[in-house]
Amino acid sequence: MAVKTATGTAAAPPETTAPGAKEGWWAWLNKRLPVDAFMRSQVTEYYAPKNFNVWYYFGSLALAVLVLQLVTGIFLAMFYKPGALTSFDSVEYIMREVNYGWLIRYLHSTGASAFFIAVYLHMFRAFLYGSYKAPRELTWLLGMLVYLALMAEAFMGYVLPWGSMSYWGAQVIVNLFGTIPVIGPGVVEWIRGDYAIADATLNRFFALHVAAIPLGLLLLVALHLAALHETGSNNPDGIEIKEKLGADGHPLDGIPFHPYYTVKDMVGIGVFFVLFAIVLFFFPTMYGLFIETPNFEPANPLSTPLEIHPVWYFTPYYAILRAVPNQRMGALLLLLAVAVYLFLPWLDRSPVKSMRYRGWMSRSALALFALSFVVLGFLGLQPAQGLYVVLARIFTAIYFAFFLLMPIYTRLDRVKPVPDRVTYHAH
Amino acid sequence: MADHAVVAEGEVDLDRRKFLTRATIATGAVGAAFACVPFIESWSPSESARAQGAPTTVDLSKVEPGQMVTPVWRKQAVYVVRRTPDMLARVAGHDGELKDPTSEYSEQPQYAKNPLRSRTPEFLVLFGICTHLGCLPKQRFSAGELGPSWPGGFFCPCHGSRFDLAGRVFNGSPASTNLVVPPYSYPNPRTLVIGADEKGAA
Repeated sequence: MAVKTATGTAAAPPETTAPGAKEGWWAWLNKRLPVDAFMRSQVTEYYAPKNFNVWYYFGSLALAVLVLQLVTGIFLAMFYKPGALTSFDSVEYIMREVNYGWLIRYLHSTGASAFFIAVYLHMFRAFLYGSYKAPRELTWLLGMLVYLALMAEAFMGYVLPWGSMSYWGAQVIVNLFGTIPVIGPGVVEWIRGDYAIADATLNRFFALHVAAIPLGLLLLVALHLAALHETGSNNPDGIEIKEKLGADGHPLDGIPFHPYYTVKDMVGIGVFFVLFAIVLFFFPTMYGLFIETPNFEPANPLSTPLEIHPVWYFTPYYAILRAVPNQRMGALLLLLAVAVYLFLPWLDRSPVKSMRYRGWMSRSALALFALSFVVLGFLGLQPAQGLYVVLARIFTAIYFAFFLLMPIYTRLDRVKPVPDRVTYHAH
Repeated sequence: MADHAVVAEGEVDLDRRKFLTRATIATGAVGAAFACVPFIESWSPSESARAQGAPTTVDLSKVEPGQMVTPVWRKQAVYVVRRTPDMLARVAGHDGELKDPTSEYSEQPQYAKNPLRSRTPEFLVLFGICTHLGCLPKQRFSAGELGPSWPGGFFCPCHGSRFDLAGRVFNGSPASTNLVVPPYSYPNPRTLVIGADEKGAA
């Protein structure tokens, strides 16, 4: 109730000690495992800014999808048989014979795309409100490592059904390593374990996809959250709420994560799963965007699909790769296009975090960058010829200019005064 | 013990402790590095995968003029094209549009390092693997098939690389080098062996 009436003062912290916490099995447990203390510091007394808006849903959504992927992935692994001779058929077996196998598989394949939608919007939020800036550089870096692990996970997962696009996608991506000077060809043979993408490749990708990378992913997500909770969340105003503490020692503009944001995130997850279900039941392949049409044909080393392109979430980078007429430079630019994110906290020299208080330069730069990402994503799905290549080159230049010119335009940009306290209107 | 005389009884010799700690870490790191070797090596092609890379034989008497066959060697498609005199004529005359007309920077056995990129003019033998990122280039052998100046050759559907009828790459393609020529030989005029030449099996 307090949060509704008082716009200037913080909400009173809710009851945090469970009744009967001093005795019984709960006390026994807490003497041996700090459950209460952990929940207090990370959830019930973790203060988050009270002015979160709709952009702040996507972190928790990504986490929800991660859980969905783990559960559906475990069940798929119970029926899937890795191997050049068995993979394709076992996926068809899952789709046709296993009870609700089609549902579990489409949950997993739709979940992969949903994961990237959530992650891209989550990243855009960071761009919008300067969440990567000090003191949250490490949260950003760990998040980027999560993103890299996710890309590896998605790529290897896409190889597993051993469809035509699985095979040729793997061929293209693995051959990127062949552009490394001197050791390239040896590295490619080592990754494949054969003279071509083959059974050996498929089997090791399976092991990495179901065990190695998910373990790394979970660890990185835990570190990402630990770093976030150490500094506290940023907010749409880009104000450090820890600088204005109330008499109780808690931030004046903060509210406990639980129950306020657990409830809010539940609503977000509810809405998300409604949309997710619509895709899942009516457009599971999204007209070839989530599962590409050639992947309904078994892999054939002697037949290339007419057009090879990765799934939509990789196409911006793929367009950059194809925009360059030299293969080594193309691969290098692809690598840089992903790696440049890591430098973002140090490229941005603006004195303010949020776009709300930045000038036209930062705002238009971000708009152009977002546009270039979307357009490159579209171009990566088109054939590499004529106007498409010209456009890909123009938008590749814009993409990199956003980062490389950032130290200049963020310093020149005229910023507005940042208020003392967060902007908040009670509903 | 003379060295340690400076350390009084009951005190800790921190230099000694640091040295021992670092020596232990260094030794352990070397051991850990060696322990990685079997795991890394496990990813290299196995003996049976290597054994399946034995040479492939093609009966050339069954290849019509102007026709292409694609035998498989080492699980990779090999393009064998029986070029007609007309096709051979179309290999010349566009050196200025090529990235590497003399195959200076491309991969081929010495006997294929010539304008036609083959041992004998008639038969062209190439890996059917785009030197860009490994897709299968499609045959576009007719003149003019890809625009008025097209002399016939190969077109990669993945990223648009174009090659002539000797597998040489055109300017403006993402691929930087000509299509790779595998080692091959003719034990007799009717038989092609891919993967073996005078130097023995590859």
